[in-house]
Amino acid sequence: MENTDPSLLPSIIFTTAAQLVDCVDKKLLVVLRDGRKLIGILRSFDQYANLVLQDTIERIIVESMYSDIQRGVYIVRGENVVLVGEIDPEKENSIQLREVSLDEIYAAQQDEIDNRRRRELTKNSKLIDIGFSIDTQQEDMY
Amino acid sequence: MLFFSFFKTLIDEQVIVELKNDMSVRGTLKSVDQFLNIKLDDVSVVDEVKYPHLSAVKNVFIRGSVVRYVHLPGAVVDTTLLEDATRKEAASQASKMGGR
Repeated sequence: MENTDPSLLPSIIFTTAAQLVDCVDKKLLVVLRDGRKLIGILRSFDQYANLVLQDTIERIIVESMYSDIQRGVYIVRGENVVLVGEIDPEKENSIQLREVSLDEIYAAQQDEIDNRRRRELTKNSKLIDIGFSIDTQQEDMY
Repeated sequence: MLFFSFFKTLIDEQVIVELKNDMSVRGTLKSVDQFLNIKLDDVSVVDEVKYPHLSAVKNVFIRGSVVRYVHLPGAVVDTTLLEDATRKEAASQASKMGGR
């Protein structure tokens, strides 16, 4: 869009479809609500941000380590999408992360989850001590 | 639809979108839709060390349902206009309800 005056823009650009249509056939990073990061080519989508991804890999990142798992085709239900980012091919190879084996990343990931759970437990028990009631668990892991 | 219209007036402004997981993304507001899904250009994550996966990303589509706050530059918000629009919206809502 060359024209940047919002009052002159056609209203069609303010739809979910218009926001995502530029991303079709591009390599995207999709972050899901459970914390998964998927990298794949967007082939289709709809107004709920349901997505179809092709040649998808799942990238597990823990601190400065990462590992990729080949996953194939994904249909992602829109409600689980946190964000969709277009990957800049020029910057893609300059990421500051170190690739490790799957076993290594799983172990590191488990450690991270355990640590988080421990922190949560400590925090909750402190809160209960001072009279708060804890009836919800943190669901969003992203 | 008031906030949808309001966000449309903020296109091309620098904003920071804070998500419900405490992650904040800074960028130029490029588009917004009826669900307040937000599209940002030239993005940078506020805490890059904690979220390294977004360093190679140039633009993002953020689903409205995961947004907690949008930080706006104060200078671009015309609060008087916004107040008027709010009153008009409330009045039109009230007249709709009365008509039933």
